[in-house]
Amino acid sequence: MDLSIALILLQDGIVNGAIYALLGMALVLVFAVTRVIFIPQGEFVAFGALTLAMLVDGKVPGTAQLLVILGAIVMVTELWRAWRMRQYSALPRAALGFVVLPVALYAGLPYVVSTSQSLWLNMLLTLLLVVPMGPMVYRLVYRPLAEATVLVLLIVSVALHFALMGLALAFFGAEGWRVPAFVSGQFQWGAMTWSAQSIFVIGVCATLILALWLFFGKTLYGRALRATAVNRRGARLVGISTSMSGNLTFTLAVAIGAVSGMLIAPLTTIYYDTGFLIGLKGFVGAIIGGLFSYPIAAAGALLVGILEAFASFWASAYKEVIVFTLIIPVLLWRSFGARHSDDEE
Amino acid sequence: MNRNRIVLLAFVAILAVLPLLAATPEFWITQLNYIGLATLVVIGLVLLTGVGGLTSFGQAAFVGLGAYTTAWLTTQTGTSPWLALLVGLALTGLIAFFLGAITLRLSGHFLPLGTIAWGLSLFYLFGNMEWLGKHDGIAGLAPIEFFGFSLASGRDLYYLIWLFALLALWITHNLLDSRPGRAIRALKSGAGMAESMGVDTARYRVVIFVLAALLACVSGWLYAHMQRAVSPSPFGLNYGIEYLFMAVVGGAGHVWGAVLGAATILLLKDQIQNFAPRLLSSDTNIELIVFGVLLILVLQYARDGLWPLITSRLNRRHGARRRQRAVPADAPALPVRQRHPAGEVVLDVQAVRKTFGGLVAVNDISFKVRAGEIVGLIGPNGAGKSTTFNLITGVLPLTSGQVLFEGERIDGMAARHIARRGVGRSFQHVQLLAQMTVLENVALGAHLRADVGVAAGLLRLDRAHEARLLAEAARQLERVGLGDYLYEEAGNLALGQQRIVEIARALAGDPALLLLDEPAAGLRYKEKQALADVLSSLRAEGLSILLVEHDMDFVMRLTNHLVVMDFGTKLAEGVPAEVQQNPVVQQAYLGGIDDDILIDEQPVAGASQ
Repeated sequence: MDLSIALILLQDGIVNGAIYALLGMALVLVFAVTRVIFIPQGEFVAFGALTLAMLVDGKVPGTAQLLVILGAIVMVTELWRAWRMRQYSALPRAALGFVVLPVALYAGLPYVVSTSQSLWLNMLLTLLLVVPMGPMVYRLVYRPLAEATVLVLLIVSVALHFALMGLALAFFGAEGWRVPAFVSGQFQWGAMTWSAQSIFVIGVCATLILALWLFFGKTLYGRALRATAVNRRGARLVGISTSMSGNLTFTLAVAIGAVSGMLIAPLTTIYYDTGFLIGLKGFVGAIIGGLFSYPIAAAGALLVGILEAFASFWASAYKEVIVFTLIIPVLLWRSFGARHSDDEE
Repeated sequence: MNRNRIVLLAFVAILAVLPLLAATPEFWITQLNYIGLATLVVIGLVLLTGVGGLTSFGQAAFVGLGAYTTAWLTTQTGTSPWLALLVGLALTGLIAFFLGAITLRLSGHFLPLGTIAWGLSLFYLFGNMEWLGKHDGIAGLAPIEFFGFSLASGRDLYYLIWLFALLALWITHNLLDSRPGRAIRALKSGAGMAESMGVDTARYRVVIFVLAALLACVSGWLYAHMQRAVSPSPFGLNYGIEYLFMAVVGGAGHVWGAVLGAATILLLKDQIQNFAPRLLSSDTNIELIVFGVLLILVLQYARDGLWPLITSRLNRRHGARRRQRAVPADAPALPVRQRHPAGEVVLDVQAVRKTFGGLVAVNDISFKVRAGEIVGLIGPNGAGKSTTFNLITGVLPLTSGQVLFEGERIDGMAARHIARRGVGRSFQHVQLLAQMTVLENVALGAHLRADVGVAAGLLRLDRAHEARLLAEAARQLERVGLGDYLYEEAGNLALGQQRIVEIARALAGDPALLLLDEPAAGLRYKEKQALADVLSSLRAEGLSILLVEHDMDFVMRLTNHLVVMDFGTKLAEGVPAEVQQNPVVQQAYLGGIDDDILIDEQPVAGASQ
């Protein structure tokens, strides 16, 4: 291996690592606020990538139908809840989000797809199609289990991952998709040649990470989420609704998943089940951060990306083995720092 | 013979007869073989996840280890399958021990994540190793021979599979009903308490992890010789997750839930595969969706799985049934510790200090406890009494100072080593295992007084020891007046009674020093008197007792010596009558109504600061 290959690998690693970092941040966010280890994050990566790919290809993506179906199920449960508690005030808003928006998208998409070819509009449509699934999933799956233990929530997450992967296969098919690069061109920077696409991906990831940091540090809602993360009961006592923070958290997490999916779609071919492995790599990064530290999680994810890039050059067959075995020394290292932590559960 | 045993015998009889009948379709046998194989793995998960509270998504990888070991050994080196089984077990045990040793020390959710990770890496290893045939795997395995009789057909192998499955059920059942079993059942919700009873919880975690892996390995060995070929795909993460589904759906806390869960999921999977293509396009993997949704619903509406649903319905119809093995009355008593002569110093606390950040919770406290003496540690709420308890019993590490027990330093020791030396305790917040009977809870306290290993527990070789442990537990319960509640679930008792159970549990450990944290809280007047009588008679036997209590009548009547704490500092010490008259103590307890007068009378008491 000479220097130029090493530099290319490093660049690949940084680009992938930036995406893993973004995913890792979302995982830390969800875990801190809701104690859910959000394994299905990877499915939303796939949803984002596949939806964008189909839109670019001029097809109506399966997510449009899926959103209508999920929305209808959530609406039924909301109606049932409202009827049981005799509180109907929240229903109009629910109907707007869970029925009107999905149906409008479903009805309008064939027209939009046939007339417009703008990449940016397609990205916006992708977000509109995927992000509403965040609160839907929260309401259907996690809200009824809000008081369950971390382990029950984890098993539920894995079950949801199964179900969503099955749905992805049903609605997108087994075919792989790839998206053309968003931006073309190259930059010379010292000895390295950067493609504009790489810079774009890193830029978007960095911007989003910065935005998340500002959101949590500076805004009222961000602080409310942080309060919930520190002490759920205390947060509830000062009027922060668990339901609100759950909705907000899952919306953010799924949005990050969808964006990551769109960013990774031009880099690699995405199948219905690719997202899981991508999400898990974000996870390995998050675990390096101990599921609580954002900066360490981000650094860990970068490390995973770079390691993966070099592993795929030297021993491409063992790429996954190397990445996932990395977790063992990390756990070992963490285990020496965490002496009394399990007394709390 | 009770009803359960009849049902069990009928089940075994049906299992035994099925393959003999020519009318039994081959397909049934195949299904039952798969159910038996899955049961083996799921029993391990019941032990690990349902009972021990450790979730693993990676069991399929251990199945793969068993399968690949025998596949490679028998085809490449011509080893006998039976020898290959032993090698597989040794290899799996070693790897599980290594993985367990590094991941089990972590708090709850890191373990399942770790299992996902190594589940994936083992899967990719199987699929990429040249000498394991890469993604094609290894084919052409010989069938297992049993004393010259070849188990090539499904009907013959069936007996071996179910023999192993029933054996696994039996040994797991035995284990849970033994001394190590009680310790394992405490892992999930009472690990800290168990440590104070002398249980090495870290060791038991590794033990059940290795056991679960070994059961999975046996399943893999059988699978390899049933299929006569192995390939990586059945050992992937999806299958690991499916095994966990079986455990959760069947009822992860119950041994028989494993059979029920394995049968439910496999039969359901088969039905889905039959019907789905007729309903939907063929390339849809509908079982993924159905399983996912099913599991979410089970966790939302029946978190304990199907088995408890079935048994509780049956019990409602036939009246409640509880495991009521009579305590053997003629079991010889356990050996008893040598008591100290009255007046000898048993516990010597020397200037212990505990700081939490800037807060000094315990500020250089010193006192002594002598044999045959009850010492009361009193003080207002937040004075640091329970923290002092935790420092003495090793639950918290101390910042400075030392604690001597029988003249030896015990500070810095783990709670379980301190328990072994003869320090028993109760907890301020009751820590009983609510699902276990009162008798079993108390028997956990006697954990250190018998030396029954896991192997003896598995094979039911521990009955003599077990009888002595249970007899001792029953004796202590009689003594504290709870002889009528031996078989009640501990969670059903009133809070005051639960505190008394904690005392009995501490006594079952035959301590030289007993630390009781608010034993009389929640008791009625008569019950308090009875408790005082018990404690007095223990004192007469030469036991030393250190007592935290807020009921002043109780304390004044019972104790020989009092230590008063406030804000982490020792205010006063002496015989109860003296301490009662101490103005500083009065001020701490009664507040500063007469602040001025007190300052006038006691200019040096520090009130001027």
